[in-house]
Amino acid sequence: MLDAALCIVYRDLLLALRRRGDVATALLFFVIVASLFPLGIGAEPNLLRAIAPGVIWVAALLSTLLSLGRLFAADHADGTLEQMLLGAAPLGVVAAAKGLAHWLVSGLPLVVIAPVLAVQYDLPESLYGVLALSLLLGTPVLSMIGAIGAALTLGIRGGGVLLSLLVLPLFVPVLIMGAGSVEMAAAGLEPDAQLLILGALAVFSAAFAPWAIAAALRISLE
Amino acid sequence: MLEARNLECERGGRRLFSAVSFSLGPGEALRIAGANGSGKTSLLRILCGLLPPSGGEVRWQASPINALQEDYARQLVYLGHAAALKDELSAAENLRIACRIAGAAAPEASVRQALARFGLDGGQAAVKRLSQGQRRRAALARLALSQAVPLWLLDEPLSALDPQGVELLKAMLLEHLERGGVLAYATHQDAGIPAARVVELHA
Amino acid sequence: MTTAVRWFWFASPHTFFPLAGRIARWCAAGAALLALAGLYVGFGVAPTDAQQGEVYRIIFIHVPAAWMSMFLYLVMAFWAALGLAFNTRLSGMMAQALAPTGALFTFIALWTGALWGKPTWGTYWVWDARLTSELILLFLYFGFMALHASIDDPRRADRAAAVLALVGAVNVPIIYYSVQWWNTLHQGASVSFTKAPSMAAAMFAGMMLMAAAFWLYSIAVAMVRVRCMILERQ
Repeated sequence: MLDAALCIVYRDLLLALRRRGDVATALLFFVIVASLFPLGIGAEPNLLRAIAPGVIWVAALLSTLLSLGRLFAADHADGTLEQMLLGAAPLGVVAAAKGLAHWLVSGLPLVVIAPVLAVQYDLPESLYGVLALSLLLGTPVLSMIGAIGAALTLGIRGGGVLLSLLVLPLFVPVLIMGAGSVEMAAAGLEPDAQLLILGALAVFSAAFAPWAIAAALRISLE
Repeated sequence: MLEARNLECERGGRRLFSAVSFSLGPGEALRIAGANGSGKTSLLRILCGLLPPSGGEVRWQASPINALQEDYARQLVYLGHAAALKDELSAAENLRIACRIAGAAAPEASVRQALARFGLDGGQAAVKRLSQGQRRRAALARLALSQAVPLWLLDEPLSALDPQGVELLKAMLLEHLERGGVLAYATHQDAGIPAARVVELHA
Repeated sequence: MTTAVRWFWFASPHTFFPLAGRIARWCAAGAALLALAGLYVGFGVAPTDAQQGEVYRIIFIHVPAAWMSMFLYLVMAFWAALGLAFNTRLSGMMAQALAPTGALFTFIALWTGALWGKPTWGTYWVWDARLTSELILLFLYFGFMALHASIDDPRRADRAAAVLALVGAVNVPIIYYSVQWWNTLHQGASVSFTKAPSMAAAMFAGMMLMAAAFWLYSIAVAMVRVRCMILERQ
């Protein structure tokens, strides 16, 4: 069972490697969105420093949304998703494996790129750690909750936009806690509480989301 | 071994078929015939457990498949309409991964042998470079590694195959039946495989 | 055992149809009476507030509407869970029937909140914790209805929307508390509707009456909608 699950993760990573363009596009989107805000709002340094955590987090949300559309769609279209359903691993484990692979490909790079964007906003270096940590804890939650939406909207026309509508309200707590932790640190306060809550959300979603994803997949594949 | 009782299927408000019953013992094959849209794929998916029927039940070794769940899935191999191949991976990589996901061992030599049996050289070419017929053969190569699996469910296995491919597949299926396996396949062409039962679905 | 059998007897849309009609008529009548009583108490009997004058009276609609919006979401999630567990079509229809009403009350809560805000605080929208939570709840309702509308097969639509409703229900407390915390972080000069005027008995009675009226209204409307759905899916 574990071997089947690890095989799925390995396969998704291999596919991401062979389709580098798709992955890079979502990450580039992250950078572009974050770069748009100063163009729209003005480049006043104090303003930028104040909005930086929120902007980077919103950009991370939107970038994750983009990559979620691809999570199950290709497997559904070429029949491999059905094979996973009939495979040795229970569907919940399959869902967790797909979510993990998605996070490794689309979420973890955001953690690495974020400090670069923070430079654009002149965020003090002392905050880079909190920013990266908040994204490290928050992006898995985004992948898991997003996967529920992706599974529910599988094969629906106009599914991409519908996915956004379904999933963005559910992302709000992660956004608030993630950006909030950096803002707390910026104000000189300890961000521990927010980071702990993010960690709790990560554990909670890792434990329970796979079952919702599995239920949604079964419904979509009928 | 495989028994269907009064299966009924309703999709999109339309009743596709009802009162479908049959029973298959070891070494017996079932051919599901019918025109396009008559529900052949739906019937196969019901037999797999992917689609719950709107009436009736399917039993494997006298137990309802709902109760067996993964134990049942482990005892069948299903090749659907879509080839279940990832375009970016080679045929060998696809086969190896498919076997591992299904929980079967797939040593390098066996994979190459299986592909060779279906006339594919197991090269590194990505599947998207293969022709339709070669893709179908790559998908069917899975059967060569599923000799221990008792139930084979195939949806239109002959499509896109040239006469040589058809002969290869027939030989494979006959071997499976001789080993005491059970086979159910959907096709609207006559394959020349001795079918103990035929279920004719009418639209 | 017999009670279980009787519940499932009503689970058939065919037998539920006449029952739904009777419930709808009684609840509609009850709702009208309670609404009249509630509005009378709210606008006629309850005393003028010392700080906010007459404008505060809008809470007799705003607060019950907000309560109903949250309550209906939970009821909807309950029916969704039943539908997934027992695979009854009627449960899915009940959830679908409640959604538009829930969304309506959420919208009323937001709109009355804005109307209250303008004369009291000078702007139509303040990012108050409760209003922001109501806004997100409105998105959750819209998502539920949109998902159901996008799927052609009614059975799949019911079940997919049910999963979404349950995931949403689990998230609602998390969303509520994170928005509460966010509001305290960015408090600054913003003000909060949660500081409602201290309750005189008459005010409380008025809100309870309106809440009951909204509740009966919701039941009546849901019954009518379910009857329409039963006819449609015939």
